[in-house]
Amino acid sequence: MDIQKRASAGTMESSDAYIEIEPGNGALQIQIESVVEKQFGQAIRVAVEDVLKGYGVDNASVHVVDRGALECVIRARVETAVLRGKGEA
Amino acid sequence: MRRSMLFLPGNNPNMLINASTLGADSVIFDLEDAVSPAEKDAARILVRNTMRYMDLAGCEVIVRINSVDTDYWRKDIDVILPEKPGLILLPKTSTPEDALTAASYIDEAEERFGIPKGTVGLMPLIETALGVENAFAIASSCDRVKALFLGAEDLTADLQCKRTKEGREIEYARTRLVVAARAAGVDVYDTPFTDVNDDEGIVVDANVAKALGFTGKASISPRHVEVINDVFSPTGAEIDYAYEVMDAIALAKAQGKGAIALHGKMIDAPIVARAERTISMAKALGMDRREGNE
Amino acid sequence: MNKLVKSIKEAIQLAGLKDGMTVSFHHHLRNGDYVLNMVMDEIAGLGIRDLTVNASSLFDVHLPLIDHIKNKVVTSVAADYIAAGLGKAFSIGIMDNPVQFRTHGGRPSDIAQGKTPIDVAFIAAPSADVMGNCSGKYGKSACGSLGYAFADAMYAKKVVVITDNLMPYPMEGWSISEDYIDYVVEVDAIGDPKGIVSGTTKITRDPVGLVMASHAAKVIEASGLLKDGFSFQTGAGGASLAAAKFLKDIMLEKNIKGSFGLGGITGYMVDMLKAGCFRSLLDVQCFDLDAVESIKNDPRHQEISAMQYASPTSRSAAVDSLDVVILGATEIDTDFNINVHTDSNGYIMGGSGGHSDTAAGAKLSMIIAPMFRARLPIVTDKVTCISTPGKDIDVLVTQGGIAVNPNKVELRQRLADAGLPVVDIMELKEKTERITGRPDRLPKGDRVVAEVISRYGDIQDKIYNVVE
Repeated sequence: MDIQKRASAGTMESSDAYIEIEPGNGALQIQIESVVEKQFGQAIRVAVEDVLKGYGVDNASVHVVDRGALECVIRARVETAVLRGKGEA
Repeated sequence: MRRSMLFLPGNNPNMLINASTLGADSVIFDLEDAVSPAEKDAARILVRNTMRYMDLAGCEVIVRINSVDTDYWRKDIDVILPEKPGLILLPKTSTPEDALTAASYIDEAEERFGIPKGTVGLMPLIETALGVENAFAIASSCDRVKALFLGAEDLTADLQCKRTKEGREIEYARTRLVVAARAAGVDVYDTPFTDVNDDEGIVVDANVAKALGFTGKASISPRHVEVINDVFSPTGAEIDYAYEVMDAIALAKAQGKGAIALHGKMIDAPIVARAERTISMAKALGMDRREGNE
Repeated sequence: MNKLVKSIKEAIQLAGLKDGMTVSFHHHLRNGDYVLNMVMDEIAGLGIRDLTVNASSLFDVHLPLIDHIKNKVVTSVAADYIAAGLGKAFSIGIMDNPVQFRTHGGRPSDIAQGKTPIDVAFIAAPSADVMGNCSGKYGKSACGSLGYAFADAMYAKKVVVITDNLMPYPMEGWSISEDYIDYVVEVDAIGDPKGIVSGTTKITRDPVGLVMASHAAKVIEASGLLKDGFSFQTGAGGASLAAAKFLKDIMLEKNIKGSFGLGGITGYMVDMLKAGCFRSLLDVQCFDLDAVESIKNDPRHQEISAMQYASPTSRSAAVDSLDVVILGATEIDTDFNINVHTDSNGYIMGGSGGHSDTAAGAKLSMIIAPMFRARLPIVTDKVTCISTPGKDIDVLVTQGGIAVNPNKVELRQRLADAGLPVVDIMELKEKTERITGRPDRLPKGDRVVAEVISRYGDIQDKIYNVVE
């Protein structure tokens, strides 16, 4: 099932990430802002895509604001946002 | 070995990711009181991921799920169980039925996830007057119950009394829980001391808990963890005595004697059992001076 | 003789400030300082250009300096510490000449030696009399010690005292005496008290900070240095303060009577003095109100100049008698080199201050830092900038273990014997990277935006512009 509604997860606290997700216009769009963009920008993108792929999300707009979260935290926040967006939370 | 258990809020990444560095023998990832209803889903996934991806070596993870009178607890178990927490802490356990309800769902979940039956233990959190009165029945309700845990904050509310540092109001509950747990053959853990700035109070409170027979004590501050670990570690004198007991037994065996006395006191099975526990704990903590000397 | 002049502008004119000269400022009013901006605005208004600003530190309250740089009023800057907002501007490259970073000991040393002559020093003074005797201890803008201003007062060609609390001559309890002062200006306010000193600094409640602090206190206990006569300095960061609190508990329990507490002084050090942990405090700068009250009222709490604090060319400096210092770091590399000048993205956001002076002087210099901040590991292969050389750093305390400089064999053994979690720094780096992932390295700019000058005067490292 696709993203049904706009949803968010996480916080803007340090070591956390804030994710917003909404139904897409036919494709997957991922936008990432991170305090460690230069050091981990690519790693963050890979992790976000992996979680989305795991839930079969290929038509959504995803906005990630990373405050230096570890990968397991980013993955958790993306997953929570996806489940909320699918109305399964 | 669980001398200290440190509560960490389940939806706070900064706390969770540092869990294994805070000095506690066990950490309790809290999905209940520390998490607002709107974030239960987020906390569950965050706790699961922390357990799955982080190397928390040297630190047991216990998860406090929500109580069986909520809509959350089954989902908590569904998400957390595959990560095989050391124990599941079940809040507001007031009756053996509460414990059995959770235990049978864990049975089912273990089967579903292909986890050997009985892997994940249950630790009922006794924090109601009814729970205290039912303590033995809860502790002995099923094999999955590995320990009891006293929660004094909610209990004193239920008792309609004030929670004090001295803790006179929970004396009965403490002794009752220790007796019930020991009678059922399980461990028992004491409630946190909640004034994080009272460095002397925690020492007194932890010593009271140890003197009453608690296996260990929970805390809400890493500052208290160190004190609790100290208090619940065997002392040098206790270790020496334990070895004296073991030596006396070995000697008596060699001499073919049945009854053994040490310092004019008869050594019986419970004393030996305690000596063995002390020595194994001392070894685990690297406090075994005898081994070091040889 | 009348030193009192009616305005800053008049003082500047009387002092003979001209194009290309050097003006200096101290930073005791920290982020509450009005004086640097007031003076620079007047200088700009007079059309004077091409100045060097030599300040003991610059804070973000001094952001207007950026305009003076853009307008070429200021073309060169020297400081011991530059806060993040201004630091970012320098890192982007707003100034042609690189910033010259010195240490709190190196700056007065170079001033005294004539290497960095000052034409006009402007000394913000929370109280002063008409002849220029002045002090930081009294007045609505009280900041306590004026330690960093002494060298400026003693060696600048002209010295202007700017005060908002003019007292009858002679004022009692001055710090800097009239024989160094040329002009006195009275203004409405030299600063905003809220930004000058903080209220009581609170001990951290962050669990990781507490764990590190507890380790740190135990390292000191196990080092063999904690005995009667012990001397100590710590920073004002949460974990450092918590370490001081835990250390105090140990000292009281073991009845250890130390000799002195040094440095920037906080209420926690004052508590240690009052509790009998030290005989005296040597104070180059007060961080909070408790410290200001104490230096005003307690004769055991003594003001020292930056030269007495840390100058490598003084006949002696207090750092040379120091047993233990607790310091911070934004990065430490596997050779124990420390970066406190830039953040992990390469932007200037600090400076040595007394870091390398105390590290060089103390018998035990300890860094307290978490294994990672916002996913960035503290231990790196090579620091972005060497603020303090690794040879002067003895031990790194993190929540995940304690790394000892390999040149400290005995210390390592002592810590291990005390049951502390000693780890190899390479091991700590790998352990951290398993948690955070390995960060990609940053592209380095091609232009030097700052030079880090060691306390002995050589260029220790260069900071490059950040490619945005």
